[in-house]
Amino acid sequence: MQQQPGYSPIRYMLALAFFWLMAITRGYCDGPQATPSIFAPASTPAHEIYSFSFFVLAITGAIFVSVASLLVYVMIKYRARAGEEESEPPQVYGSVQVELAWTIIPVLIVAVLFLTTARIIFAIQDAPEPKSALNVTVIGHQFWWEFRYPQLGIVTANELHIPVSSKQHPQATYLRLLSADVDHSFWVPQLGGKTDLIPNHPNEMWYQPTATGMYVGQCAQFCGVEHAKMLIRVYVDTPEQFQAWVANQQKAGVEDPKVAAGRHLFETEACMNCHTVRGTAAKGTFGPDLTHLMSRSTIAAGAALNTPEDLHKWIENPANFKDGALMPAMQLSDQQIDDLVAYLTTLH
Amino acid sequence: MADQPVPIAGPLEVAYPTRGTFLEWLHSWVTTVDHKKIGIMYIVYSLFFMMVAGAEAMLIRIQLAIPNNHAISPEMYNELFTMHGTTMVFLVGMPILFGLANYIVPLQIGARDMAFPRLNAFSFWLTAFGGFLLYYSFIGGFGLYGMGNAPDAGWFAYAPLTLRSFSPGHSIDYWAAALILSGFGTLGTAINIIATTLSMRCRGMTLMRMPLFTWLLLVVSGLTLVTITPLTAAQVMLLLDRYAGAHFFDAQAGGSPLLWIHFFWVFGHPEVYVLVLPAFAVANEVIPVFSRKAIFGYPAMVAASVGIGFTSLAVWAHHMFTVGMSAAGNSFFVLSTMVVGIFTGIKMFNWLATMWGGSIRFATPMLFCIGFLFQFLIAGLTGIMLAAAPWDWQLHNSYFLIAHFHYVLVGAIVMCIFAAVYYWYPKAMGRRLSETLGKWHFWVFVIGFHMTFDTMHFVGFLGMPRSIYTYEADRGWNTLNMVISIGAFIQTIGVLIFAWNLVYSYFYGEEAGSDPWDAWTLEWATPSPPPVYNFATEPEVRSRRPLWDIKHPQDPDWKYEP
Amino acid sequence: MSTVPLFTDESWQMPSKGKVAMLSLIIGECGIFGIFLAAYIFYLGHNLSGPTPSILDVPVFNTVCLLSSSLTIWLAERAIERGEIRKFGALWGLTILLGLEFITGTALEWYALIYRDGLTISTNLFGTTFYSLVGLHATHVVVGLVGLTTIMIFTLLGKVRQEHAHRVQVFALYWHFVDAVWVVVFTVVYLVGR
Ligand code: HEA
Ligand code: HEA
Ligand code: HEC
Ligand code: CUA
Ligand SMILES: [Cu+2]
Repeated sequence: MQQQPGYSPIRYMLALAFFWLMAITRGYCDGPQATPSIFAPASTPAHEIYSFSFFVLAITGAIFVSVASLLVYVMIKYRARAGEEESEPPQVYGSVQVELAWTIIPVLIVAVLFLTTARIIFAIQDAPEPKSALNVTVIGHQFWWEFRYPQLGIVTANELHIPVSSKQHPQATYLRLLSADVDHSFWVPQLGGKTDLIPNHPNEMWYQPTATGMYVGQCAQFCGVEHAKMLIRVYVDTPEQFQAWVANQQKAGVEDPKVAAGRHLFETEACMNCHTVRGTAAKGTFGPDLTHLMSRSTIAAGAALNTPEDLHKWIENPANFKDGALMPAMQLSDQQIDDLVAYLTTLH
Repeated sequence: MADQPVPIAGPLEVAYPTRGTFLEWLHSWVTTVDHKKIGIMYIVYSLFFMMVAGAEAMLIRIQLAIPNNHAISPEMYNELFTMHGTTMVFLVGMPILFGLANYIVPLQIGARDMAFPRLNAFSFWLTAFGGFLLYYSFIGGFGLYGMGNAPDAGWFAYAPLTLRSFSPGHSIDYWAAALILSGFGTLGTAINIIATTLSMRCRGMTLMRMPLFTWLLLVVSGLTLVTITPLTAAQVMLLLDRYAGAHFFDAQAGGSPLLWIHFFWVFGHPEVYVLVLPAFAVANEVIPVFSRKAIFGYPAMVAASVGIGFTSLAVWAHHMFTVGMSAAGNSFFVLSTMVVGIFTGIKMFNWLATMWGGSIRFATPMLFCIGFLFQFLIAGLTGIMLAAAPWDWQLHNSYFLIAHFHYVLVGAIVMCIFAAVYYWYPKAMGRRLSETLGKWHFWVFVIGFHMTFDTMHFVGFLGMPRSIYTYEADRGWNTLNMVISIGAFIQTIGVLIFAWNLVYSYFYGEEAGSDPWDAWTLEWATPSPPPVYNFATEPEVRSRRPLWDIKHPQDPDWKYEP
Repeated sequence: MSTVPLFTDESWQMPSKGKVAMLSLIIGECGIFGIFLAAYIFYLGHNLSGPTPSILDVPVFNTVCLLSSSLTIWLAERAIERGEIRKFGALWGLTILLGLEFITGTALEWYALIYRDGLTISTNLFGTTFYSLVGLHATHVVVGLVGLTTIMIFTLLGKVRQEHAHRVQVFALYWHFVDAVWVVVFTVVYLVGR
């Protein structure tokens, strides 16, 4: 058994370091990205976590390098050599001093780690809510998100709009997290950590985004069949864009006589039992509010694009995009669906 | 030296019964109360389920290899990962540890059997039926279109998703009932191991002379008592909710889903240490023998294990940093979690010190243990990263978490299971496993392992959550997921080499003799395989390494041990 | 290592495996009770509707009976140790009667709660947690009674002798545990929780 230690931790360390670098550098361009990397923060709590993570990485990295090098050293230095088969090395049974040393050093490391961690926890979790903060109530439903802006009287779904924060106009958004059915978790990596939505246990989290654009995220707690298609889009708007968006959302549903057929269908088929279109008879709350459906670029929590074709396919049978969605296929004729889609596409 | 007869192997001539018919053979296994046969049944049972759950993992990886894949339906995917996790934890990790304990513990403490042989057999069959009941759900559960339906709510089965309003049918009932059943089996075996180690030790085997393997299994069994019972209690509550109209987790009636999360992790966290301590136990045996040195700091090792056992009862909420606990609550669990790292560090350093100054032989069991040391180091450190709560708000339920726990569960536990099988197979079967195949197995498996699980950390950083059956093509996760899946296939090849080795060496392996590794604990004083009664005469010991004392009469251990 | 005589004294004594096993079982049971107690305490005052713990009557007599059964079983243990089988049988029988009284008392209490106060397991959170916790304990009493009765039958058949003292004591541990848990359940449900 003259083998070299063979197992080469050094190679893995290098490979690992390389991958770390790759993952981390991805984040160095500012603003929103297609890949929701936690190393590309664009909002205050995410920034704090980002810097904190390097602190933790440095400590654990140092521990890794020292212990792994020790292991490699021991394997090379003390491997059995030719001629050693018959003799036994000197037997050592232990040493109290050494034991103490390798107990106390980790204790100190843990003390440092713990104190820093606790400081960050308190800083983020107990940050006082500013008076100017925008409040949004996020309600998790099986496979879609409901957003309510109590101060503004807006109800919308799946795509959250919040204002950007700047030095001149610091602007925080406080999310109140509720659940209508089972546990969910709200996670937009570039903006902050995740927080769960648990029935009977209201939670809170906040963002203070620093760069505008569209950020992606998704539900991070398994919540049933279509957990994978419970995506989130957060639009961080300039104050002007946000004002414009708010003004539009506050209007009632648009009325267009050209699509009366579709509207009639919507209000006579089951649609209105589950969906609301403000200003009409449709006041259901089981499904997403459709008053301004056209202001969103995706439907069904990101499962499909908000185009007439996809809308058609969705109404025809939601399982076309989302197998377990809680909206039934209503067995409508193509003509009926076309009318419905025509109506829906007027809801700007 | 290796085949030098040791006195307690004894003068009794063993008359092996002549081969009977297949039915007789089967009967002898089904009705056996011999701890060695039960141990082997446990191990075979769990290796079988390791294949099954591994195959489930492969299906998961096929589905995730490319974005927007339709290889597997969403419903099926959810069943697969739930069954994969549940199986690996309850039908692989737990039974294999009890299998090893059953086989090795009585031999190591010089006993002729477990304290309660019939309870032992009963516990095994309970566990076994639990496992088969769980799998029966694939065909027997009341599912859509009359098809079977397996549990599909994750191995953590968070209520209220598991209540009847969200999970009609019987899939969750299978989950709860099967685990309650196997839980009682587990409890029985744990009690048995405790009674055996505390009351059946041979003369001279004081607690502080017990081999560390046995010590750790004692700690594990103690931990099991207070770990598996909360799960049973919570599952009973779940069933009461589902069938008796109770409201424990029913939010409509004011019940608290949060309570389930607490209850589950009160079980779930100590459970992971229940799984890892036996792995440590194996390393405690293998590393000294192949470094040719006594374990360094035996008392510290014992103390650290007991310390891990106790501390692990107070850290469960580190799985719950995102449920919205108070800042003080979060901080407490950060601290308690990191304290476990200190105890574990003590073990790590003692292993290194054992190898220090030794004469290390890289036989297959040792290779796996070195892989374990290296991988466990990383796994522990990613655990510390998760324990840093603010970072965990990002990492929780991402593939980084999946990577962390597979690093422990595969990189540490499965590796040590392999080490254990290579190490004790000669004792149980009388033949060694092939070293060549063993080396192939090790290298192929390790390469696959690192491809799969190193990469998982990075998709985690890039925001990929767990439990998703598919993902969008534009998220930048495509290549990494492909690498992960390829790695998983390489692992499968490694496992198949292992399976082949088990079969091949059974027929053609090198004769092992009683003590192929030149080891020091009592099990190596018996013939391989040991006779039903284990020891012809009851052994007596005066140190931690009785066989060392015999082999080195001029320089025995008991002169030095404190 | 029979070749090397290492020990000359005969003092190598191990703890009784029966007792170790029973104590382990008891520790395990503590886990189950702990979770049900935690749920009970957690939900105190969380009721949305229906009866609350204030409707409970404190079962003083029941409690006295159950606790004194611990005393009688202990006396029975001493009796069998000394080989006084008749005395053992009498005390053992008394223990069973006390246990039966307790379980009957619980049954009457539940009857009243269900038909007088309309409280069932599905009424509200109080019902859920109360019946499951007290029911869990009652189940243990029933299991204990089955065990006690079995030993009683053997005693009446004259099969129990002095050498069985140890086994009887192991079983008695379980009964002591059932009593001890009642002290906790009683305190939580009837004293603190009301
Ligand atoms: C056997 C299995 C096992 C083991 C041993 C561990 C060990 C550890 N685990 Fe892990 N863990 C799991 C299995 C395991 N875990 C599983 C299955 C999950 C997920 C469950 C699910 O959600 O489905 C999980 C999840 C999990 C979480 C929750 C994350 C989340 O859900 O967001 C956390 C957070 O703290 C954590 C931390 C730790 C820590 C700190 C250790 C420590 O014990 C590690 C200690 C070891 C070391 C630290 C290395 C050696 C020490 C030194 C070299 C000394 C010097 C070091 C210091 C001073 C720090 N684990
Ligand atoms: C001991 C525990 C253990 C082990 C060993 C493994 C091993 C593996 N696991 Fe698993 N895993 C868990 C415990 C474990 N896992 C748990 C607890 C979860 C969480 C579940 C949940 O969220 O509910 C999980 C979840 C989990 C996921 C996440 C699923 C999701 O969240 O969507 C993934 C994804 O890649 C995965 C992959 C793998 C792979 C590739 C392996 C590989 O190492 C497997 C290697 C292959 C084999 C060991 C066997 C191969 C052999 C064959 C295929 C033989 C062919 C068949 C016959 C001859 C009959 N696991
Ligand atoms: C039983 C309730 C129900 C009925 C009836 C119903 N829906 Fe839905 N609808 C839902 C739910 C739930 C969703 C969210 C699905 C998801 O994303 O998982 C939804 C989503 C939608 C969406 C996408 C909304 C968005 O913002 O993502 C549209 C458009 C829609 N429904 C249109 C209709 C039309 C048109 C009808 C009638 C023909 C209809 N729905 C009938 C429940 C219903
Ligand atoms: Cu909602 Cu997952
Ligand atoms: Cu844990």
